[in-house]
Amino acid sequence: MTPSPTTRLIVGPFNRVEGDLEVTLEVTDGHVAEARVTAPLYRGFEQILLGRPASDALVIAPRICGICSVSQSVAAARALAVIGGAAPPANGRLTADLVLAAENAADHLTHFVLFFMPDFARACYAGRPWFEAARRRFTAHEGESTRILVPARARFLHLMGLLAGKWPHSLALQPEGVTKAVDPGERARLLSILAEFRDALETHVFADRLEHVAALTSVEALESWADAAAMDQGDFRLFLHISRDLGLERLGRGPGRFASSGSFGLFQSGTWEHDGGEADFNPDQISEDVTSSWLAGESAPPFSGHTQPAADKTGAYSWCKSPRLGGQVIEVGALARQSVDGHPLARAMAAATGGTVRDRVVARMVELARLIPAMEGWVRALVPGEAFCAEPTPARDGAAIGLVEAARGTLGHWVTLKGSHIGGYQIIAPTTWNFSPRDALGRPGALELALEGTPVLPGETTPVAVQHVVRSFDPCMVCTVH
Amino acid sequence: MPQNSPYSVLWLQAASCGGCTMSALAADDVGLVKALGRFGIRLLWHPSLSEEAGTEAITILDDVAAGRVALDCLVVEGSILQGPNGSGRFQMLSGTGRAMKDWVTALAPKARHVVAVGSCAAFGGIPAAGNNPTDAVGLQFSGWSPGGALGKAFLSGSGLKVINIAGCAPHPGWVVETLAALALGDLSPERLDSLGRPRAIADHLAHHGCGRNEFYEFKASAAQPSDRGCLMENLGCRATQAPGDCNIRRWNGYGSCTDGGYACIACTSPAFETPAGPFQETAKVAGIPVGLPVDMPKAWFVALAALSKSATPQRVRINAHSDHVVVPPARRPSKAP
Repeated sequence: MTPSPTTRLIVGPFNRVEGDLEVTLEVTDGHVAEARVTAPLYRGFEQILLGRPASDALVIAPRICGICSVSQSVAAARALAVIGGAAPPANGRLTADLVLAAENAADHLTHFVLFFMPDFARACYAGRPWFEAARRRFTAHEGESTRILVPARARFLHLMGLLAGKWPHSLALQPEGVTKAVDPGERARLLSILAEFRDALETHVFADRLEHVAALTSVEALESWADAAAMDQGDFRLFLHISRDLGLERLGRGPGRFASSGSFGLFQSGTWEHDGGEADFNPDQISEDVTSSWLAGESAPPFSGHTQPAADKTGAYSWCKSPRLGGQVIEVGALARQSVDGHPLARAMAAATGGTVRDRVVARMVELARLIPAMEGWVRALVPGEAFCAEPTPARDGAAIGLVEAARGTLGHWVTLKGSHIGGYQIIAPTTWNFSPRDALGRPGALELALEGTPVLPGETTPVAVQHVVRSFDPCMVCTVH
Repeated sequence: MPQNSPYSVLWLQAASCGGCTMSALAADDVGLVKALGRFGIRLLWHPSLSEEAGTEAITILDDVAAGRVALDCLVVEGSILQGPNGSGRFQMLSGTGRAMKDWVTALAPKARHVVAVGSCAAFGGIPAAGNNPTDAVGLQFSGWSPGGALGKAFLSGSGLKVINIAGCAPHPGWVVETLAALALGDLSPERLDSLGRPRAIADHLAHHGCGRNEFYEFKASAAQPSDRGCLMENLGCRATQAPGDCNIRRWNGYGSCTDGGYACIACTSPAFETPAGPFQETAKVAGIPVGLPVDMPKAWFVALAALSKSATPQRVRINAHSDHVVVPPARRPSKAP
């Protein structure tokens, strides 16, 4: 028997992801046999930061990314705080948490409404039982959901105006706390902003109380929640019906190993494997491989790593490095965060599947439902009149890691200061983990693995199932390479 | 006031962080698409918002490049990367095997108007900081020098130079109102400053309307982050020199950089990314800030500052060093009816 012919597809530009992405697919028998993921943009932030005064990281690092800007600020501020010995007061911690949670929540909504769901309004799905609803709600630019929830997002971001001056690219988050204190009137306004956003989510996204969604504990509970009302009662319910019809719980299976650095004291840190293993998340076990990257050098842990372009390097196909945790490929993001934290639904889904398109989207929406009530509590805990920022700490030399959970997963800044200037700055972003190229052992990154087996229909040049898998990770390519 | 035929915008992200789009997405609290739609502006393609991916998107770009589809406006967000060695390989447009710099130079002459959104596309911006490892430039400027990716002689189809909506990230209103002015036929060359920035924005200073104005008047200065005092003397604020109506309008409903408690870093100016010292510290010579208001004689500033410091009410002096109002304004005793 002659082997089936393999055809190559180069897919790009990949839009509705943040930044630049190209995917090369080897297709055999109507399925992806191999995928190579290319990050085609290099800007050189790790070089730009070298030699700058330490505090300049707070200006430059956020500008790596317009959608995870606050996450980058937090990572930089945390690293500098450890080196300088700064201890933000309670109000400062709560405010920084509110700003970070607002970015996470807004990003989850942006991803769902603008980046992920519009693919189900594509003409190729005409005739599916949910198509008319999907088209009405999610057609790019003009769907009902876009028209309602983009304004809701904009109004929710008033929280950023109040606490951080603006978004993106704020300087409000400092190692010692935040630059803006909240007075009693502003505290009331924050609660008002959160109430309005809660109302938009509970009316249009969930058609249910946030607490009910957060309390879904099993796949069976999720399924019966989906069936408890007509499929167009809430955009999340519509997604669940689409997912069931298209089998998204079987599409895009990742490595099944998850990591999270924990967040807000609300989501626990750790690693979790879908077949049961749990461990601490230990950043000392991280190394970055550059075998397939257009970068010079050898595999190294971030504190001793460098970022030096080598555009003509043989065998390389991405500007992205290949970070590995204890030598392993891992997946990060809301699914990782929720399953590591032990959320029963996230664990039940991922234990059964290893982590798929459905699981990533459901975990993101469950997390959204968990974040808003937590934020309401943090606002109430603010104490106007007490300090929001501690005394500045004198600059000193040292090295530290700033870890944070961005919407799309674990972000780390490995910072070394010498003579109050930046002597080393290495960044591993969420999508660096998820969209890494092959390492020295030839092991594909998480997305490369997840794409294997994805169906490609005859005549498709930009396969729609591939698009679902890619976007299910909520990639942020501008963070990926920076 | 939609026109009969929509004003078409093709939006490309060069070496950007995507922040200009993220900012613009909150335009007027209704979103970019709707805010532009009110002026008959239609997005032909936007990398974050449109349905078309892969070959569908390339077809749109090809049609514009070949002149098969007329284009009113090319918007570019992000710096143009010329490296390594002039190849542009630091940013290849996915799926096309072609450098983004070559796409931009091919598409720009086809557009009636070319708009740089953000300081990266305008002047090079953050990627051009330090030793500029990627040879990042703006569309028609490289820092303060005319030139950039398109060259200083470039004129778009309408005869205008590149319009620079500077800012990192720019206010969404700047994007909407500038595109609206173009769609309405209202943006003549005299409405742009010498750096191609719309004067509707750039004729103001970020200082105008600053909520810390009383502290500025008395030179009652913040000493550390979260202090309510003026940020100019110690904490690096450049608002008295930075073009922009930042404090005349609100950001994200309520804010601005200075209201948020941190320095204006003059992000609407070329080369803001490479200050002489730390961003958050004011450069001084003999105790006097180097970056004084541009059109004020230094001797006057020093004399006025000394006078106003000596006249500072105790209320202002104390509140300047607190994160909340410690001493409220004095009230006149109420008169008996």
